[in-house]
Amino acid sequence: MSPVLRKLLSHPSVSLSCAALLVLLAIAVAAPWLHTIDPAAMDYMNVNQPPGTHAVAALPDGSEQARTYLLGTDTYGRDIYSRIVFGTRVSLMVGVVCAVVSLCLGCLLGMLAGYFRLADMLLMRVMDGLMAIPAILLAITLVAVLGASLPTVIVAIAIPEVPRVTRLVRSLVLTLRDEPFVEAARSLATPTSLILLRHILPNAVAPLIVQGTFIAASAVLTEAVLSFLGLGLPPEVATWGNVMADGRVNFSEQPGHVLFPVLLLVPAVLAINLLGDGLRDVLDPKFDRRKN
Amino acid sequence: MLRFVFSRLVSTVPVLLVVSITVFLVLRLAPGDPAAVIGGSNATTEDIAAIRQSLGLDKSLLHQFLIFIGNLLQGDLGRSYYFNKPVATLIAERVGPTLSIASGTMLFAVAVAVPMGTLAAWRIGGWLDRLLMGFSVLGFSVPVFVVAYLLIMPLSLKLRWLPVQGYVPPSDGLAAWASHLVLPWIALGTVYVALLARVTRASVSEALAEDYIRTARAKGVSQTAVLFRHALVNAAVPIVTVVGIGVALLIGGVVVTETVFAIPGLGSMTVEAVLNRDFPVIQGLVLFFAFANVAINLLVDLSYLALDPRIRY
Repeated sequence: MSPVLRKLLSHPSVSLSCAALLVLLAIAVAAPWLHTIDPAAMDYMNVNQPPGTHAVAALPDGSEQARTYLLGTDTYGRDIYSRIVFGTRVSLMVGVVCAVVSLCLGCLLGMLAGYFRLADMLLMRVMDGLMAIPAILLAITLVAVLGASLPTVIVAIAIPEVPRVTRLVRSLVLTLRDEPFVEAARSLATPTSLILLRHILPNAVAPLIVQGTFIAASAVLTEAVLSFLGLGLPPEVATWGNVMADGRVNFSEQPGHVLFPVLLLVPAVLAINLLGDGLRDVLDPKFDRRKN
Repeated sequence: MLRFVFSRLVSTVPVLLVVSITVFLVLRLAPGDPAAVIGGSNATTEDIAAIRQSLGLDKSLLHQFLIFIGNLLQGDLGRSYYFNKPVATLIAERVGPTLSIASGTMLFAVAVAVPMGTLAAWRIGGWLDRLLMGFSVLGFSVPVFVVAYLLIMPLSLKLRWLPVQGYVPPSDGLAAWASHLVLPWIALGTVYVALLARVTRASVSEALAEDYIRTARAKGVSQTAVLFRHALVNAAVPIVTVVGIGVALLIGGVVVTETVFAIPGLGSMTVEAVLNRDFPVIQGLVLFFAFANVAINLLVDLSYLALDPRIRY
């Protein structure tokens, strides 16, 4: 085992959060076999039921099926437990894909800004402007304009994160471009694209991974907030935010319908944040100072 | 110093310009005819033609942008076809509750987080410090609306101490106003307490390692005075910076908090505007919030002059 990997796994918050994330991943992958039913199936005879309700559901084909709604049913008679379990898939995917998208875009723009002085002026002014718009507001606007679907929600959450990544990559490139190994490569007439890809990018990987985990954590939260406000994924899609949004109406009678998804949402975000903290400690001790 | 104020003012111009261009482009890049989008589903063909005329949609993109900026400079944010009112008027009508929430949250967060972070820095690794660090990680991982519901459940629904929802303007009685806002302040304040306390702790603990603290202790200054008069005052700049950074987070949080507590401010107006597909209002609100964010951060930068006499421009 490589020393970095050993150091990572012996870090308590990294190993703990990795374990938690593996459990969540297992839930997401195994969702259909975890005693769930179709998360979109509506049982109009049993809407807004409390946890543990036994009921006989009439299926669309006319047959009947005995069911136990572990966490109750929502305003359309959908099984909340199944919706939460299936919602794990959406949340984890949004977190990972948003992080990857914003890292890729930010990397590209940051390298351009850091390496080419002319692009720097223009790009950084644009980034400053984008950062002045509060992230959630920008995401809401983008979803409103583009329409709500999984790809548009991911783009809408990822774009407000791009300026921060761009800034980070730019500052890394600015310090790296004057390092002797880059100068050596340049004096050997290495093409700029190769210098950026082979010499600069690999040295920026550690802080980028750390940044990526924090983006993933905030993306999971933002997706839940957007859905909760009714501005995210369409309400029939099983997501934690949509379950909570549906529970808002009957909060005083069935507070659980809002609070049950929290039992996965908060551990998920907490685990990703702790993973980020741990990775930062191990991979990049100077990260905190570099951020400014 | 005047030169600094001036140059700092000038530096906001490109930021505001990029914000305006972004907002302008986002609406134009939307799929479909912008006039039809702005007019909404009830617009007649004549309405759409009128909108196209007023926005100059038959002209070049640059020309359209100049019209947009010209209107913006005159304080004209466009017209909501849903409410049939100017957007600026709508914003003015609903800014009060939002200001009440935002300012109260900031005060609450500073009042709780700064002493907490300072005391944690005094005994790094102590129980208060560990509690605070645990709380601050948790604070970043719990959505605002969850904190809100966790407060509503015991305090409003069980004990009935505070109203569940709604808003009363301060002119109808300060007690009623505050009682409706206590829960929003705490709910929204949690994440800022987490953020601010963390930075205060780091900043104060750095200041505590300085020589002047040792000198102060050596000449017998009391522990409290060392902490609050010497360390905290010298740690003020990073703390105030984070208050400024927090404004963007605060605005996002206001949207959620106003929705949960049914407070008729700009945040709930944003959500309604999106649900109504009222694009001129969305556009106006994004511009308003972004400009407010820039203005507050400008004030934060200027406050450095007062906070740290060593900073001279």
